[in-house]
Amino acid sequence: MAAHLKKRVYEEFSKVVQQHPHEEVPAKKLRLTKPSKSAALHVDLCKASSPTDALQYLLQFARKPVEADSVEGVVRILLEHYYKETDSSVRLKIASLLGLLSKTQGFTPDCIVDDVINTLNSERSHQVLAQLLDTLLVIGTQVPESLNMRHRLIDVACKHLTDTYFGVRNKCLQLFGCLGSVDKPLPRESEGGGTGMAAKDVQSIISDYFGDQDPRVRTAAIKAMLQLHERGMKLQQIIYNQACKLLSDDYEQVRSAAVQMVWVLSQLYPESIVPIPSSNEKIRLVDDSFGKICHMVSDGSWVVRVQAAKLLGSMQQVSPHFLEQTLDKKLMSDLRRKRTAHERAKELYSSGEFSSGRKWADDAPKEKVDTTAVNLIDSGACGAFVHGLEDEMYEVRIAAVEALCALAQSSPSFAEKCLDFLVDMFNDEIEEVRLQSIHVLRQISTHITLREDQLDTVLAVLEDSSRDIREALHELLCYTNVSTKECIQLALLELLKNLTKYPTDRNSVWKCLKFLGSRHPTLVLPIVPELLSTHPYFDTPEPDMDDPAYIAVLVLVFNAAKSCPTMTALFSDHTFRHYAYLRDSLSHLVPPLRLPGRKLTSAPEASGLASSVESAQNFLKESLTRVCSVQQLDAPGAQSLLEFTIRDLQRLGELQTELAGTADFCATYLHCQLLLMKALQDKLWSVAVPLYLKQNAMVSGAAAQVLEETYKLEFLYSGLESRQIASIHHVRLQAKALQLVLLARTRRGVEPLLSACEKFLHEVDAFQRLFVTELPHFQDSFVDKLLDIMPRLAGSKPADLVKILQTTLRHSCFPQLKLPEQIRRATAAIIEPTGESDNPLRFTSGLVVALDVDATLEHVQDPQTTVKVQVLYPDGQSHVIQPKPADFRKPGPGRHRLITQVYLSHSAWTARIYLPRALSD
Amino acid sequence: MPEIKVTPLGAGQDVGRSCILVSIGGKNIMLDCGMHMGYNDDRRFPDFSYITQNGRLTEFLDCVIISHFHLDHCGALPYMSEMVGYDGPIYMTHPTKAICPILLEDFRKITVDKKGETNFFTSQMIKDCMKKVVPLNLHQTVQVDDELEIKAYYAGHVLGAAMVQIKVGSESVVYTGDYNMTPDRHLGAAWIDKCRPDILISESTYATTIRDSKRCRERDFLKKVHETVERGGKVLIPVFALGRAQELCILLETFWERMNLKAPIYFSTGLTEKANHYYKLFITWTNQKIRKTFVQRNMFEFKHIKAFDRSYADNPGPMVVFATPGMLHAGQSLQIFKKWAGNEKNMVIMPGYCVQGTVGHKLLSGQKNMLDCFLFILCPTPIAPPAGLSMPGISFSKYSLEVKLQVEYMSFSAHADAKGIMQLIRMAEPRNVMLVHGEAKKMEFLKDKIEQEFTGISCFMPANGETTTIPTNPSVPVDISLNLLKREAAFGGPLPDPKKPRTMHGTLIMKDSSLRLVSPEQALKELDLNEHQLRFTCRVQLQDPYSDTDTLSRVYNHLKSVLKGYTVQHLPDGTVMVESIVLKVSSSAEDPNTKVVLLSWSYQVTPGCTIQGSQLPH
Repeated sequence: MAAHLKKRVYEEFSKVVQQHPHEEVPAKKLRLTKPSKSAALHVDLCKASSPTDALQYLLQFARKPVEADSVEGVVRILLEHYYKETDSSVRLKIASLLGLLSKTQGFTPDCIVDDVINTLNSERSHQVLAQLLDTLLVIGTQVPESLNMRHRLIDVACKHLTDTYFGVRNKCLQLFGCLGSVDKPLPRESEGGGTGMAAKDVQSIISDYFGDQDPRVRTAAIKAMLQLHERGMKLQQIIYNQACKLLSDDYEQVRSAAVQMVWVLSQLYPESIVPIPSSNEKIRLVDDSFGKICHMVSDGSWVVRVQAAKLLGSMQQVSPHFLEQTLDKKLMSDLRRKRTAHERAKELYSSGEFSSGRKWADDAPKEKVDTTAVNLIDSGACGAFVHGLEDEMYEVRIAAVEALCALAQSSPSFAEKCLDFLVDMFNDEIEEVRLQSIHVLRQISTHITLREDQLDTVLAVLEDSSRDIREALHELLCYTNVSTKECIQLALLELLKNLTKYPTDRNSVWKCLKFLGSRHPTLVLPIVPELLSTHPYFDTPEPDMDDPAYIAVLVLVFNAAKSCPTMTALFSDHTFRHYAYLRDSLSHLVPPLRLPGRKLTSAPEASGLASSVESAQNFLKESLTRVCSVQQLDAPGAQSLLEFTIRDLQRLGELQTELAGTADFCATYLHCQLLLMKALQDKLWSVAVPLYLKQNAMVSGAAAQVLEETYKLEFLYSGLESRQIASIHHVRLQAKALQLVLLARTRRGVEPLLSACEKFLHEVDAFQRLFVTELPHFQDSFVDKLLDIMPRLAGSKPADLVKILQTTLRHSCFPQLKLPEQIRRATAAIIEPTGESDNPLRFTSGLVVALDVDATLEHVQDPQTTVKVQVLYPDGQSHVIQPKPADFRKPGPGRHRLITQVYLSHSAWTARIYLPRALSD
Repeated sequence: MPEIKVTPLGAGQDVGRSCILVSIGGKNIMLDCGMHMGYNDDRRFPDFSYITQNGRLTEFLDCVIISHFHLDHCGALPYMSEMVGYDGPIYMTHPTKAICPILLEDFRKITVDKKGETNFFTSQMIKDCMKKVVPLNLHQTVQVDDELEIKAYYAGHVLGAAMVQIKVGSESVVYTGDYNMTPDRHLGAAWIDKCRPDILISESTYATTIRDSKRCRERDFLKKVHETVERGGKVLIPVFALGRAQELCILLETFWERMNLKAPIYFSTGLTEKANHYYKLFITWTNQKIRKTFVQRNMFEFKHIKAFDRSYADNPGPMVVFATPGMLHAGQSLQIFKKWAGNEKNMVIMPGYCVQGTVGHKLLSGQKNMLDCFLFILCPTPIAPPAGLSMPGISFSKYSLEVKLQVEYMSFSAHADAKGIMQLIRMAEPRNVMLVHGEAKKMEFLKDKIEQEFTGISCFMPANGETTTIPTNPSVPVDISLNLLKREAAFGGPLPDPKKPRTMHGTLIMKDSSLRLVSPEQALKELDLNEHQLRFTCRVQLQDPYSDTDTLSRVYNHLKSVLKGYTVQHLPDGTVMVESIVLKVSSSAEDPNTKVVLLSWSYQVTPGCTIQGSQLPH
């Protein structure tokens, strides 16, 4: 029996080994076909009776890849055919194939340059010429180091620049752009063309073509220039005037490229002085170009408008005077100066007459305008953003909003000015634009304080039916500064209205009020009695503690009270009780307060938060090094040390939120080790098997738990490096070994053991392959020892293997855990549906019901693919749903929000939902 | 000198009854054919006798082009085509063709049925007139005949409004009609390519206005409506049936959608319903947002806006009602106004301008007691005064109505402002600009501005009946023979450069109304003429004691040393050739010491180089 088994084992293993040479075979086959490929092409091309046939063959040929070492042969054949071919379309295809082939990995195209240049000289067809130049371009970009070759290619380009066909000129200019030498003027020996371009540098050659008759060539010239700029050449300032002229080109592609060009120059020479035509004044170049680009915001083509609007955002050196013009349109009506609605609103507000109804003709024009002073177009920057924000295409509007944001971030005074315009954009017809403008306002909100009338407009958007808009607005309110207590009142009122209209916004509204309160304690103080509806003499009825609106008010007040100690005196008794309740139930919203007659529990937080983080980090490191000494200790000592360390780490994680992820990770890892240690140190389980079933159960449970923990370790934390992952895999391998040993001891049959052994060996092998670079860190560890005796293992019987494993497990040390910079624990908090919902979902069997799921995911990498929703039905059925990628939003770094609908269909049961992190792989 | 003549029959320094005659390249085109709302007599239609005194309209006009469906641009169309008599083609865009007859019919009903006028066009005439209409698509070039072509561009303003480019050969005119350079909730902005017409005829309604951003106005409007509805009030918005009404509808509809509001919005039935139907159909003429989303939902299929019924006005609770007419002078809007005026919770929003004397105007000027305004309403209408009013102007105490509701004014105008007009001029780059459809004083200002800010553009503003003549400089196409072209290309570099004119030698043959440029040899051959050579000669006297041949060789040597870059040859027949110039020396008959140098050159050569040679060294 045993002999038979042994044979089987050998057979099994020998099979595995045998398969390796088989895998090599296909590679060899490929090598065999290789010479035949070019040969076949040759035969095909010779066979082709007509150009159409040849073209067909070439097209077929182009679909298949060619290996690097056979490229040259193929190229020769193609060139040979090229010289013979009379049909230009076939030559064109061959030329394009040459370009394609020279891109092949591992093939150096130097050798075919000469051939291509030769063919170029004898070629008559312009299209083919253009294609050949394209091929040269490809070759040139493949070998960017070879200076000699570049000079040759540039020479070729110079020679063909005067071609009558636009395509050829285009390609030549592209060659200039991609290969023209960046550092010094181009040396030119050959006197081709006779146009006297000798000894000119690349830039002036290219700029000659700014005035080409073909718009495509003009575009190519500008693009080539931009390419040179990208490659690090400093463009000369002389081309600025030419570029400005091109801004009024007839063709949008030229204008679009020219806008970029002007922008590049404005960034290169912001401070140089240029004259204003038609007057003696001079201005800075950046201002001049800013005016010109502003002008392009009212261009006829929306592509140019988008481009211009986008570029405006990055011109931050522009003088404030010009910047502010972009928001000024100089209104007039019937030749009388008129104030904008924004100015009127401001005036009304400052005169204390806010929110009175509009009177007839209050927008009536005032003083008479001097007709000679009115300038209708030439004022450049004037009103550029007003136009951009009013544009028909939403792409332009978004670009304008973004540009406003960028400019406002660098200039507080401009931020103040553009506020009104951004607020107006909250009313745009496209949601995307509205959302964008809210986000932008949030980004610049550090610079601004909202006036009451502005706040009023902002708050009006709270009723928007789009959840994204509302949440963006809540976010905005978290960061805004308001000026008066009326503003606070207004905001609170609108937020409460929002709460009643959309109860799902509860958390978001509370959070918003938390920040609003902590930002404006002094403004909240005077309205506290009103907010809490307290009365100096009479007791007022105690409000309902479960009312979300009341909680909202309390959140506002408590957060304000945190930095305003006098406020607590205004609270009534039930407020204190409610405070205690909320502090427990909504601790993230309600801060600890210094209440009279109560001791403040938390230690003084403010005293050096940074240093406490540091000390915590030190503590973490120390405890980890301490753990390293586990090996030297005897079993019970080691165990208790681990236990203490785990406890410490867990506590640390609770105290220091910054280090929670790291501490958690370490604790779990150490827990795994503890479990393994416990399982192994049990002296009992090496005794005869059947007697210790109970003991076995304990050990196998531990092994299973370790396995589970390692999966959690691997997938629940972000910021892991491959070294940590290797450690995790190592622990998992140990757990698997343990399981294998257990299996060998409990199971009588050989077959399952056999396959399990095989699987285990595979895993060891996989570990080795995956973490080759990490292996040096695993000196003397379990894996290291296993790998040492791997050849022996592969040939041994399962029983032997198990024995080896058992000893190795017990005598190997744990690898030390090295900590990466930042480990974040991925978490998912389900906001909706809540667990303890009072009204269970009811649905008719067979029909579908949609359930809104709202969850916040923290530190989840690539949630679109990894996160799934699992629905557990009461009967134990479960069912995993993949949410749509569009359901994930990204409100902040490392944070994702999943808002999706889950369709339930089952018999008439209530459903409880829970959302685990899906374990991918 | 070819020229373009433009004569406004209406809309010259005036708003209303747009009608402009254009003569271009021998073609006569009528642009728009509108009526004047301000007159009830003959002055309401353009003076067609200006044309008809020389014969029938059909013989004179090659085509009529209507820019959009507003009555001041198309109101006189049936009168012209059916009553004055015109059988040629009438061009308008598809939406205009669809909506125009509805408005004409409505207009006819009011004039004939209500006011009882006779001698007015009939329904049948409108139908017959519409049969002559040829629809236009945007950016489609339509050949009216072999030479005349027209092309429509998008103009914003109202649904289907178009700007037209009229082109004969290389001469062209662009007529804008009414246009709007800022997009609104349902229409996009006007756009034209750089077509560089000889003359751009532009409207100039808001020649002296630069408007504020429309967003403030929109926001204000929405906020007011929202507030009123929220406190349970009713909102009345008097509108005209077409144009702004649709914009406001879209605005409210999207706002309702966004804000999840429940209060009903009503639209008075009739004309508007029909028009809305066409708005639904002509989605391609609307703005980006509507065009892009109509697959999911057509924005004109209103979810919240329902048809109004007279009885709804008494319903409790908040509501918004759009009712016609816009100036609150009669009809449904006035009835509703009377019902709601007493409650201070309600609101009326006047979305446009109101003519003096209407209730709307009184409201806007802040009048709180509507006594005398009803007097005004009742007087001009032929309906008998109600019982208790034996004669207008005696006792109206019964009709006195205190206005408690709030009055708001919102201007939503769809014309280009001064900046918009300038922007269009910049887009089209015309050689001349003509301003029409505006007040003379305002035009004056804009005219100055245009001439001042665009160099080289002259601006005109003719009054009605005044003809403006613009000389044009049309390019004349000439066929050039390929041989000649190739020869020239080989001679002076390959590329024809539009910015650098170059002289070339050739012969222009005008034969059988075709122009051809051929080489001189070919021309001689074709015309059977002999070639003659033209040479210039000149004698220079030199004092030189040597013999003729010596003098010649001295001249030769000197020239050789002086003219380094030229080929100087001493020919055996006793001449010196400098390039193509021939020099000969002979002694004069009287004095052998005086040598006469004979110079001869062909007409292509400038003799500059030979002069230097005359100063021989002694």
